Amino acid sequence: MRPAPFDYFAPRTVEEALDLLARHGEDAKLLAGGQSLVPMMNMRLVRPAVIVDLNRVAALGAVREEAGGLRLGALVRQHALERDGRIANAAPLLADAAPLIGHLQTRARGTIGGSLAHADPAAELPACMIALDAVFHLRNARGRRACRAQDFIRGLLATALEPDELLAEIEVPGPPAPRTGHGFAEVARRHGDFALVGACAVLGLDAAGVCRHARLVIFGAGDGPHLARATAALLGERPAAARLAEVGRAAAGELDARADLHATSEYRRRVAAGLAARALDHAAERAEAA
Amino acid sequence: MTDRPGFATHDVTAIVNGTERRARVIPRLLLADLLREEWGLTGTHLGCEHGACGACTVLVDGEPTRSCLVFAVQVDGCRVDTVEGLAGDGPGLHPLQEAFRARHALQCGFCTPGILMTLTAYLRLHPAPSETEIREALSGNLCRCTGYQHIVQAALDAAAAGREAGASA
Repeated sequence: MRPAPFDYFAPRTVEEALDLLARHGEDAKLLAGGQSLVPMMNMRLVRPAVIVDLNRVAALGAVREEAGGLRLGALVRQHALERDGRIANAAPLLADAAPLIGHLQTRARGTIGGSLAHADPAAELPACMIALDAVFHLRNARGRRACRAQDFIRGLLATALEPDELLAEIEVPGPPAPRTGHGFAEVARRHGDFALVGACAVLGLDAAGVCRHARLVIFGAGDGPHLARATAALLGERPAAARLAEVGRAAAGELDARADLHATSEYRRRVAAGLAARALDHAAERAEAA
Repeated sequence: MTDRPGFATHDVTAIVNGTERRARVIPRLLLADLLREEWGLTGTHLGCEHGACGACTVLVDGEPTRSCLVFAVQVDGCRVDTVEGLAGDGPGLHPLQEAFRARHALQCGFCTPGILMTLTAYLRLHPAPSETEIREALSGNLCRCTGYQHIVQAALDAAAAGREAGASA
């Protein structure tokens, strides 16, 4: 299997990349780590006429700490989530999820922005970014705009990106409450496979231990990551295990779970309820210990 | 050179196993094909050709990389290491290869170069891995012969040998 022919450009700056996108529009595809795009090209599921390779745009590869949060260049490799202490410190949820994203070889090459822009419904990073309420900074040749993670992901491999736009940077806010905790849990057939179902949660407590912030995202179950509505019930309460399990079940009930070769929709909903409760539980434990 | 879309050529210069090599490539040429077809380095094997099996793993600037998912034009200016360079110029094998031989960690050998390159990169960063960690590190490499048991043993042996060599150096 070999890709169809394409013209190749390797810009050095974001501006050059944006000019190329403006010029080639829908014929062009941005190449970041290539761990999803190149297999699709090899199988000829996509045949872009133009490839704009971002790997030489150094400005997209930076990690910066800012106001308790993080600014991640879209080209930061996924293995930085495991290796970079600044990321583990400011957004431990990302560090927890990192070892489950693909394999050693794909994390070495695969990028954070690439995974987000690809928007696979079973991918860990889009779900984590929604749980963290990250803001994505998008650019085209005419300007820039910001987009919340939950508005960016539109469904199955679909995002808010226009054909001439580039995801340049991801802004991960600092902890939303004085005592914040996170949880992550997923079920996959083998280590590194896409999850059949997964869940991640961020809980914030005030000094008295009352929940002031609760976000739970279930992924792998439907066409995209699902931000649960059921967590609203936790606000103003001290989270207790039984209550968290109940919210996990309610969140799973919100899912439009898909059935495929690997699992029935009923199986996905049942597992989602358990994983959601586990993620919330870990988040509550960590927030209480903080 | 040609004006036909997709067939304009690009010059590539890379340090391959310590030696500078040059090629003129069209964009869609995969790194694996450049290594095998142009440069004769057929130790890198192509299994699935879509990034699932790990057989084609090489090191690009020291990082384990699936050479079926990188275009040759992308390694211009990079260091590429393949299984052919593992043992260096000496007559013997690399300690990892030695451990694979001693533990019978291969049968047909098709997946072996990719596994050796993955482990080379992994053990450099993690000199004292547990068995579970080795299994996780190898999750992106498929072997259909061995059942992995001997591969994991060989990797643990090689790690131990590496630590000993480091301690006595």
